[in-house]
Amino acid sequence: MAVLETFYDVMRRQGITRRSFVKYCSLTAAALGLGPEFVPQIAHAMETKPRTPVLWLHGLECTCCSESFIRSAHPLVKDVILSMISLDYDDTLMASAGHQAEAILDEVMEKYHGNYILAVEGNPPLNEDGMYCIIGGKPFVEQLKRVASGAKAIISWGSCASYGCVQAARPNPTQATPVHKVILDKPVIKVPGCPPIAEVMTGVITYMQTFDRLPELDRQGRPKMFYSQRIHDKCYRRPHFDAGQYVESFDDEGARKGYCLYKVGCKGPTTYNACSTIRWNDGVSFPIQSGHGCIGCSEDGFWDKGSWYARLQDVSGFGIEANADKVGMVAAGAVGAGLAAHAALTALSRARHKGDDAQ
Amino acid sequence: MSTPQSGPLSDNDLKGTNLDGQAAHTLRARRVTQIYVYEAPVRLWHWLTAASIVVLAITGYLIGSPPATLSGEASSHFQMGWIRALHFMAAWVFTIGFGGRVIWGLFFGNAWSRELFWIPFWKIEYWKDLLGEVLVYAFIRKHAKTTIGHNALARTALFFCFTLTGLFMIVSGFALYSDGTGMDSWEGRLFGWVMPWLGGSLGTHYLHHWGMWVIILFVMIHIYTVTREDITSRQSLISAMTNGYRIFRDDRPD
Repeated sequence: MAVLETFYDVMRRQGITRRSFVKYCSLTAAALGLGPEFVPQIAHAMETKPRTPVLWLHGLECTCCSESFIRSAHPLVKDVILSMISLDYDDTLMASAGHQAEAILDEVMEKYHGNYILAVEGNPPLNEDGMYCIIGGKPFVEQLKRVASGAKAIISWGSCASYGCVQAARPNPTQATPVHKVILDKPVIKVPGCPPIAEVMTGVITYMQTFDRLPELDRQGRPKMFYSQRIHDKCYRRPHFDAGQYVESFDDEGARKGYCLYKVGCKGPTTYNACSTIRWNDGVSFPIQSGHGCIGCSEDGFWDKGSWYARLQDVSGFGIEANADKVGMVAAGAVGAGLAAHAALTALSRARHKGDDAQ
Repeated sequence: MSTPQSGPLSDNDLKGTNLDGQAAHTLRARRVTQIYVYEAPVRLWHWLTAASIVVLAITGYLIGSPPATLSGEASSHFQMGWIRALHFMAAWVFTIGFGGRVIWGLFFGNAWSRELFWIPFWKIEYWKDLLGEVLVYAFIRKHAKTTIGHNALARTALFFCFTLTGLFMIVSGFALYSDGTGMDSWEGRLFGWVMPWLGGSLGTHYLHHWGMWVIILFVMIHIYTVTREDITSRQSLISAMTNGYRIFRDDRPD
């Protein structure tokens, strides 16, 4: 294994010129929100540091995180990151399979104990002793705990690992559980999204590699540099929101003019992610730019938060579709009617007892 | 003035007063006892809060369900911007009022100014009075006992539907505001922590919305009951919140 090679060695071996390498370092600095003075620091780290082994495990997931990751915008980034982190185990991307693959896992765990990064895509189901997700003949939760025990840090890729996502949606029959609720003794970096943005994934790894520390995390354990603002805060349709110009239905004039999608249920105002700044597919577009509201895929429990096309969550237990406003209106009507009836009864009872009090 | 007791007056009682010579019965003249209950800061707070709640409920509803789309260029309108700005301004009035009211009640106000911050859960008297009021409202008992401040039922409703709900609205409201100002802003540091507990930003919006409906229903019932009590009970209510004096129509012991 070429784990002692530096990134720079790997890149040169792959035919990448020094000029392209420096360009990559500047791009990475920009993506991380760092000033130009950090470019030499990144270049220096890549030239001198041995690559960090990364073990990438897959639990209950759909592989959309991997799909996003391998599409990291610039070809350079894709090539470099895949080599740079020394992705020693990733059962969807590695060439080896079966016993050979599992042997690599054991070898890296032993050789780099306490120094490798564990990246987890998906989450472990805990019901029936974890039997709903079997990797190499054993429940995934066992593999996760075993590999986590020697990890320097854990990256929770995507909403599955971070929050549970679709397999943890009510009633969560397999008891799919996010990583940070299973592994309690290691730092966990959550990179939510279904999937997360490719450049966000590579950005987090590059930051950790360059500075040898975890990126600054917010209250929920997400890297602040990508998750500290809402889609809404940097949305290019925000002026239409402030002006009061909304798409009322997906085929109306407002939709053609690119008005704000708030009324058709856009979750941009309640979703922390970088889609409206970094965008997707090499910055080509993101859901709102394509005319569909944000579904809030990087928020905790977004599957259980009601329709993607309504602002207000439905109220369950009423048998009919109802939201807080409808229930509130009905309650206000009922209370109003009740008060009117009570007033009538009061008047009646007073009329009946008129003169009872010594006036 | 031989009878300082309150109650209906006779023609004789009017002798030597400004009503001398008038027929007491025709005037329905009666002597009443009044007590200064609601001090000026409490009254001022009450009406400022009432006004802020009207603004907050209307703008809050419109933030959740915006009015019909405006045509023309975005640059020529700022409709949602103004709706939100009004909401935030009214929220500050509500919040500062709430804080000021707590300070007034704790350090300066009379005993009745503290009634809305807690309920005497462990006092048997409270539960008896509560039952008594419920029976009056169910038309089973004719008159409740008089109270200088709030009756037990009013106090209970006030505590849960106004004080606790209002506090929740302040905390959740500032947490939501930190969505815009950022999690490192003082709003984010002080209140942002509630959001993960309330189901994220969307869940917090949702509960904030429910809080609005609780307060709207409370206001409806509040206006009805103070009007009804003002007409039918043994004491005045509405005027007490304008001039501060509560009038007792009789001096009967309970």
